[in-house]
Amino acid sequence: MALPDRDLQAAIAATRFGLGARPDEIAAAQGDPQGFLLAQTRRKAASGQIRALPLERAEALQNFRQAQAAFLKANRQQDRKARDLQPEVNAARTVLRDQIAADVLERAARGATTDAGFAERWALFWANHFSVGAGNFVRTATIGPYEAAAIRPHVFGRFADLLAAAETHPAMLLYLDQNGSVGPDSPLAQRMARGKAAQRQVGLNENLAREILELHTVGVNGGYTQADVTEFARALTGLTFRGFNAPAEEVGETYFRQIAHQPGPRSVMGVVYEVEGEAQALAILKDLAARPQTAQFISAKIARHFVADDPPPALVARLEAAWRDTDGALDQVAAALITAPEAWAPEPAKFKTPYEFMISSWRAVGDAPRRPADLTMLTAMGHRPFYAPSPEGWPDEAAAWATPDGVIKRLVWTQDYAPRAIGAADPSNIAVEALGARLSPATATAVARAESRGEGLALLLMSPEFQRR
Amino acid sequence: MTASAPIFASPPLSRRRLLAAGAGLGLGLQMWGSSALAAPQRRKFVLVILRGAADGLSITPPVGDGAYAALRRELAITDAALPLDGDFGLHPELKIVHRLIGAGQGRFAPAVAMPAAGRSHFEAQDRLEAAAGDDVSSGWLNRAMASLGRGAPVEGLSVGPVAPLVLRGQVATSSWSPGRAVETAARLPMLVQDLYADDPLLGPALARGLKTEVLAQANLARLAADTADTPEASNAARLSRTLQGDSPDAAGRLGAAVAGFMGEETGADTVAISLDGFDTHANQAGALTRRLAYVDALVGGLEAGLGGSWRDTMVLVVTEFGRTARINGTLGTDHGTASTALVLGGGLKPGGIIGDWPGLHEARLFENRDLTPTTDLRSLFKGVLADHMGVDRRALDTTIFPDSAAAAPILGLV
Repeated sequence: MALPDRDLQAAIAATRFGLGARPDEIAAAQGDPQGFLLAQTRRKAASGQIRALPLERAEALQNFRQAQAAFLKANRQQDRKARDLQPEVNAARTVLRDQIAADVLERAARGATTDAGFAERWALFWANHFSVGAGNFVRTATIGPYEAAAIRPHVFGRFADLLAAAETHPAMLLYLDQNGSVGPDSPLAQRMARGKAAQRQVGLNENLAREILELHTVGVNGGYTQADVTEFARALTGLTFRGFNAPAEEVGETYFRQIAHQPGPRSVMGVVYEVEGEAQALAILKDLAARPQTAQFISAKIARHFVADDPPPALVARLEAAWRDTDGALDQVAAALITAPEAWAPEPAKFKTPYEFMISSWRAVGDAPRRPADLTMLTAMGHRPFYAPSPEGWPDEAAAWATPDGVIKRLVWTQDYAPRAIGAADPSNIAVEALGARLSPATATAVARAESRGEGLALLLMSPEFQRR
Repeated sequence: MTASAPIFASPPLSRRRLLAAGAGLGLGLQMWGSSALAAPQRRKFVLVILRGAADGLSITPPVGDGAYAALRRELAITDAALPLDGDFGLHPELKIVHRLIGAGQGRFAPAVAMPAAGRSHFEAQDRLEAAAGDDVSSGWLNRAMASLGRGAPVEGLSVGPVAPLVLRGQVATSSWSPGRAVETAARLPMLVQDLYADDPLLGPALARGLKTEVLAQANLARLAADTADTPEASNAARLSRTLQGDSPDAAGRLGAAVAGFMGEETGADTVAISLDGFDTHANQAGALTRRLAYVDALVGGLEAGLGGSWRDTMVLVVTEFGRTARINGTLGTDHGTASTALVLGGGLKPGGIIGDWPGLHEARLFENRDLTPTTDLRSLFKGVLADHMGVDRRALDTTIFPDSAAAAPILGLV
């Protein structure tokens, strides 16, 4: 399979592998399109341990929890003081809400401005693979820190490290209900059973165990049974994090609560784990990371995300081989993707998701979102950041997004955005900078013939080739 | 993009027709030629998918089953249940559903499941919607529409920005969700349509989106006029925004708005609505109360909005699988097997529960943990499609639900 010419390669590097070309980006990739991308896999992640929750976030969460608890207590006792406490709850909530909005905005602005578009797309892929969706305030406030501490530092490292970091972060533990899961024969469960009869039942919650197997590692056809899910859930008991009553500098740190752990050896997918305590769950995670089904399942998912909804089997095989040969070294898997001829097919086979569409629009113009309100249209498009509908994350295929309503919502946004964004720029120049050799004569003509600069930009953004990558 | 050419592709909407549609709501809305207008009675079908595995034992609590309270402990709904027949009650939030059942316009199947649903949400949702082998990427509702053939006045619509699998396939369908409106008569939509002239994916999507948008704007303007003291054009846009959100009020308005689409002479006959938020692993009671209140209000909005057409409408509320019979350690339930399906509609024949009740006695539980299914969900789908929509029986057994001859349709619902 021959590669397309250098001009087209440069355009593909910026738009298919990256998040869309910013002005001059295609020119920067022109000399060595593959090298342009490979260099992004070698950038050093920030060194040093990143806190699970930044101190400022931990404090904001504590303030909110404490204010809320005081209010609820007064309210329960029908204390008139409750009304006086309400403003404090509201103030703490506002602090948290602003921090969450800042997380979302920072992420979108990073996508719009980064000069390492491939590295950012790669990180977003893994954030979606280990998807944590928003819920109540507390959980939503952990998602930005989760991506920063558990995902981004590991996306060009070993998969096993990424897996362990993602599954033990408070965001995931909250999202998949792990923090309340208690071994039925653990000391904690026995103590509660001895207590007052009114005490509620404690026990297993198998949500995290199931989703690790089904979505994060071996996949639904990975060869596990309900018994494996239950055994894995038992092994995970005790895995939790320092709660919001701990000193702020400890809040959110992963913590193994031995008395909630189900004692005894566990058997998961044919392997018996004699080791006890925290090491048990970590050993299972390590083995799951190394299973061939995991390499197979995730290689196919990478190919599907980067290249085509129905990816070439040869491409999947290459990724799988790289994964196997390097024991899941994700920089090497990324390199295998970048150097695979199948990934450079001239025809764009992927339809952009709404988030990709808006990020690439800002990049084309050299713009970036500045206020949370700049992102509100993503909600109407069904792609509100941090609000993935389920642990499976966002859909990735055209059939989900290229709907009549989806296309209309893009048109609505473009109709509003393009005239405001264009300023004195020439939309024909933007078209060349944004699409390079991928710009079709039909789109170039339509943009050139537009009756206004804004209309020209809108046509570029809505064009068939800009909608795809 | 593997979008194959839709077999019933409507003619591309020309600029002139689009203008006519925007101006007068006439020509551009016609989707199937004159037969659409000739059809005397338009059977309508709404499929509501509750995603995340909704707990049937809370939707229709089996209050008469002696094992229920012990299995569900704090989550058992007994005295609070809306009374039905002594064997079952209804979740306290399902007030409208309760009224419908009382009026003979609602029934339920308390122990349904897809064959081999598994306990994975995502695989089970795919099975629920594809109802065919794993390599099939179209939905059964789309295949059912295909089997009705050219000229049949059936148009599919999904509500929400993301297309559900059940409506995907070779018959082009539309989708809509509330939000800011596009100016359909402006230059840009027409110019973009020209750019999409040869695009097999985006061309049909935009054409359908614009048609639906025209319908929606007329529909919302009418709703606004009905609900406001002084009807103004801007009310429609404001109303559209009030359809968003999780409140029962928003759900009721959304139901009425969707009903408006279905009431149009050339509007949608077949609608799919997805609701998420039913995966209640922890603190189930509060979450279910909110979501079921939403479902109930949505049904109420549909019923009210459809008016006289309600008697030609069937609403089916289903989920991908049920939840464990016992509660878990976090006041929730984990992934199970059988759940409840609700069957609602103005033309329903009265009757008792659909399918058998397996009982919750320990020996009767599936794998000693879940409610055992007694009814294949496909049998329910097939019965509704055969009796209500007039879908051919052989197509039901072969192309629509492949290899399902053993799952006989549940006939006689209407």
